[in-house]
Amino acid sequence: MRFNRRMSIGLLLLGGLALAAIMAPFLVGDPFAISPANRLRPPSALYPFGTDNFGRSVLSRTVYGGRISLIVGGAVAAISVVLGFAIGLPAGYFRRIDNVVMRVMDGIMAIPSVLLAIAVVTLTGSGVGTVIAALAVPEVPRVVRLVRSLVLMIRELPFVEAAVASGSSSFKVLWLHVLPHTVAPVIVQVTYVAGSTILTEAALSFLGIGTPATIPTWGNMIANARNFFSLAPWLIIFPGIAVSIAVLAVNLFGDGLRDLLDPRLARRVR
Amino acid sequence: MLAYIVRRIVSTLPVVAIVAVVVFLLLHLSPGDPAAVIAGDGAGIEEVARIRSELGLDQPLYEQFIRWVVRVVQGDLGASIFSKIPVTELIAQRIEPTLSLTVFTLFLSVSLGVAFGLVAAATAGSLLDHALIFVAIAGFSAPIFVIGYILVLVFAIDLDWLPVQGYVALADGFVPFLRHLVLPSVTLSLAYLALISRITRASVLEAVAQDYVRTAYAKGMGEARVFTGHVLRNAAVPITTIVGIGVALLISGVVVTESVFNIPGIGRLVVDAISRRDYPVIQGVTLVFAGVCVLINLLVDLACGLFDPRIRL
Repeated sequence: MRFNRRMSIGLLLLGGLALAAIMAPFLVGDPFAISPANRLRPPSALYPFGTDNFGRSVLSRTVYGGRISLIVGGAVAAISVVLGFAIGLPAGYFRRIDNVVMRVMDGIMAIPSVLLAIAVVTLTGSGVGTVIAALAVPEVPRVVRLVRSLVLMIRELPFVEAAVASGSSSFKVLWLHVLPHTVAPVIVQVTYVAGSTILTEAALSFLGIGTPATIPTWGNMIANARNFFSLAPWLIIFPGIAVSIAVLAVNLFGDGLRDLLDPRLARRVR
Repeated sequence: MLAYIVRRIVSTLPVVAIVAVVVFLLLHLSPGDPAAVIAGDGAGIEEVARIRSELGLDQPLYEQFIRWVVRVVQGDLGASIFSKIPVTELIAQRIEPTLSLTVFTLFLSVSLGVAFGLVAAATAGSLLDHALIFVAIAGFSAPIFVIGYILVLVFAIDLDWLPVQGYVALADGFVPFLRHLVLPSVTLSLAYLALISRITRASVLEAVAQDYVRTAYAKGMGEARVFTGHVLRNAAVPITTIVGIGVALLISGVVVTESVFNIPGIGRLVVDAISRRDYPVIQGVTLVFAGVCVLINLLVDLACGLFDPRIRL
């Protein structure tokens, strides 16, 4: 596979962030270590990103904070692929259920994701698992819609007709002949799902819901800094840059992948 | 056109019904006892029982649903567990700041987004075009609250041009009203603006390449008429569609922006309700905002039908 520039940059950034998050204990100091003598210190050699109002290293917390963002983004992307196919393939293939399923998806998509997540988290209590479930609900319909529209197109093609005529079961037709042709555009869509999930997770942490406040996340670091940010802007700038780079990386990767998989569309949209 | 309008409205009804069912079921599909979660850790058995009966959780599911729908249709969204004030009244008290913020943001992002998109399309491939694309991608990647704090740091604290936070009602003077709205609206509009300018650029470039545009030039039509009559009119459909799709994004952004700028709107109402576990407020606002989303998307569909007669078929 030939990589293009956007894809390489995206992959490089994403790989770097993931590696930093995984290797965090070997790279940076304890994100919970309090140092009352070093409160709100600007970036220095000892604390490259400065310290927060408890004297904790912002660098350590930023590196550890990536864990939640990447776990939630990855998990929601995985869930929406699986459910997207599980719901979208039959919806596109069997005319009888299509209308009902798509109206349900329209209904879910009409509910703004932050509000839906707030409602779910308020009812079930906080936790990373709850956040993943709450954020997957509004993302699944986006994948379902795409899969369904691809299936509608593919099922009219001669090789599908041939498979049906030769007596293959509906399951076999969907699994062997339809699914493989939907994979590429769905992967592209899922990178965008991961990007928007990372943003929404940060927003939820910022609002103080979902991930427990004891775990450092990019969102709750910024929320904790809101009373000091004019004194210590580094408290907001570094985690802010981290979220932006993560989302940018995912989106660049998706754009590059799209251009690679569909050069015709690439020339048109870019 | 009339037949199209009726058809679109009728096909919206099931979506409204599904929204109602989903919002209703959230309370019932959640694992564990929602009454206990809402009551909090320190609550006694009587407290939990009181909340359970207040939410109607002690009745059969279908009965609860019918009662709830009948009440919602009559404009009754229940009352806050905390203050006992009806949710509709709470929303009415808070609607002005939220409406001002969203209308101003919509105006900013649609006008600037289309303008930037047109400039990028006109100069496609140039340095300016690449710069605009980069800004659009960056605007879409940075979280709203980070953009908000950075704008506050630069324009309110360092330069001291605009207020740091808060809201001034329109009745208390137009200039302070506008000064307090500038930073929140710019913050909220960035992601939306990025989306709209990207789509505008892409759809204008696509429309320009069509055969009918060449035909229009060939028959001697002027630049301006080709542009408004053929290019812009055909590009208007995807642009309008993305404005509709972006509304859900915008509403999620309102909740965050109102928190950053301490604006006493509906978004703050929800955020304040989280810590008090005031579920009726959260449910009511979710339902109202989802309804607004459905309504705006209906208007968007109708507008698309107006721009492109083929859609009406």
